[in-house]
Amino acid sequence: MNSPVCEIKNLHIEYPIAIGTVRAVEDASLNLYPGKVLGLVGESGCGKSTLGLSLLNLVRPPGKVSKGSIIYKGQDILTLPGKKLLKLRGRNISMIFQNPLTSLNPLMKIKDQFYDTMIHHEPGLKKEAAMKRIEELVELLGIEKKRIHEFPHQLSGGMRQRIMIGLALIMKPDILIADEPTTSLDVIVEAGFIELLNQLRQTYNLSVMLISHNLGLVAEIAERVAVMYGGKIVEEGSAESIYSNPLHPYTLGLIQCIPNIKLENQHLFTMPGSPPDLVHPPPGCRFSPRCPKVMAQCRKELPPLIRKNEQKVACWLYRENR
Amino acid sequence: MNELIRVTNLTKLYPVQKSFLDFIFAGGNREYVHAVDSVSFSIRKGEVLGLAGESGSGKSTTGRLILGLIHPTGGMVEYENRDISSLSRKELKTLRAKIQIVFQDPNSSLSPRMSVGEAIEHPLKIHRMGTKHERREKILGLMESIGLTPAGFLYKKYPHQLSGGQTQRVVLARALITDPDFLVADEPIAMADVSVRAMILELMKTLKDNLHLTYLFITHDLATAKYLCDRVAIMYLGRIVEIGERDEIFSYPHHPYTKALLSAVPVPDPGQKRKEKIPQGEIPSAIHPPAGCHFHPRCPYKMPECSREKPLFKDISQSHMSACFL
Repeated sequence: MNSPVCEIKNLHIEYPIAIGTVRAVEDASLNLYPGKVLGLVGESGCGKSTLGLSLLNLVRPPGKVSKGSIIYKGQDILTLPGKKLLKLRGRNISMIFQNPLTSLNPLMKIKDQFYDTMIHHEPGLKKEAAMKRIEELVELLGIEKKRIHEFPHQLSGGMRQRIMIGLALIMKPDILIADEPTTSLDVIVEAGFIELLNQLRQTYNLSVMLISHNLGLVAEIAERVAVMYGGKIVEEGSAESIYSNPLHPYTLGLIQCIPNIKLENQHLFTMPGSPPDLVHPPPGCRFSPRCPKVMAQCRKELPPLIRKNEQKVACWLYRENR
Repeated sequence: MNELIRVTNLTKLYPVQKSFLDFIFAGGNREYVHAVDSVSFSIRKGEVLGLAGESGSGKSTTGRLILGLIHPTGGMVEYENRDISSLSRKELKTLRAKIQIVFQDPNSSLSPRMSVGEAIEHPLKIHRMGTKHERREKILGLMESIGLTPAGFLYKKYPHQLSGGQTQRVVLARALITDPDFLVADEPIAMADVSVRAMILELMKTLKDNLHLTYLFITHDLATAKYLCDRVAIMYLGRIVEIGERDEIFSYPHHPYTKALLSAVPVPDPGQKRKEKIPQGEIPSAIHPPAGCHFHPRCPYKMPECSREKPLFKDISQSHMSACFL
């Protein structure tokens, strides 16, 4: 495999609150490769969105990265001065959010929103040249080019999300972070959007981090999958291996608890309990209070992320392979 | 067959709000949102009917019409062979104890000022059932059976002190406390986390068998519908386009819209790749729905008659109907 475009190393992110510190992300390490999609899955509150935001150094205060680094093109994003960071955001790394209606400016025409981004990164850009580029991109997204003269409210939900991805891609970035991009879309529109994303990442040789709670969606497009639970990455591997041979009991539970339309008379696995409190996480493995295969050691010691075959897993069940 | 609910040509039109100037210049022509457009089906006792479709297809409106929460523009809803609209206020109140609804978002359907016990007790008070002591015993018993344990402890808690799974259980308990026969579940798991979803689905399945319930299960997720439902109806822009036994719908879908929906469902298996082509565009406006078959502008198998005539239901098999000219 070629070299990663971005390396996240031992990242810790904390939010100090009145009753203590929320350890939103703990010791996360991930690599992003050009032209590949990494799916980051987990339930709400597992830290996946926070991890995504940290790639743009957008973790909102009082939240802060307490340890670790994010290396992009030889420099650590987390220590970049403000001006350089502004140049990086949108140009090298960009992001699309869950709800396009709240991310688009309702008072600006679509073309002006594009132009805004472009003029920020290319001062002195001529309006005509910009329009030509905008029209080309919008057509690539499957939207008629005359629609760029409209306002966001005149577009349908699916079109708005396509405009969002267009805004993210207008500067031809290396990395796209998509945080639950299809949650507000209907199934058919969602499927169309995923096809578009798949096509675009090939055209632009884009590295995509797809953050989602929907394992089905991630299975459609991702080459690699990382599963997060309680702020920690509990398993990582190729999509095929994660889905066909999940090692961590949480990953297995997650896969078995979603109805699969291809299966007959499926029995859903129910996970007892609820996700951990990240201010006072359980000692040992975060998943131990809900784990069907829990052992004495799990409640005492935090399992390290170890390599097992092609996957990486943080579970004491696989300790002998260390 | 023992039908519990029969819906005949149910229609709901909402007038479009217009400004005074529009009214003068456009003449008196009122426009309507065709939310539900002559929908007919029946639900047998003990059955789970799934009502599936994209947002804006009218599935939630149908659910509310059946409960009499909104009044139909046309058509009829019968419960045990009695027309709901012909009932007196008093009869309707008695009926309301027998038909209940669970809404999508448990947090917004629970009052933040009512404790769990009060919330579950509320329907009993409205229907004047039991003494205070009896009510408490009944609530604690139901809470135990629904997995809200320890019941005595949770009884005094307020919604903000509960987890997502627990709030959804409280909403379910509140719907079940009056011993209903029929439950409309309007996307009960859409807001829940993945692991909570499975729990709620399993619980609904168990409750159905234990309490001999009948469900109308409204969902946009066909995988969930396949898991829980006995029969499935697919709605598009206010009309049912296909209805039939679950296995028939999923194994031999007939309507192009059903096929499209089925192929769009993401499968948690990277080995499975999509076969059908995804239709372009999105669900059109329900104010000016397309003439003929509503789906024809997006349909890959469109024929000339599709834009002229409304396709009628035809039998695909004994227990499977589809409204398509194909």
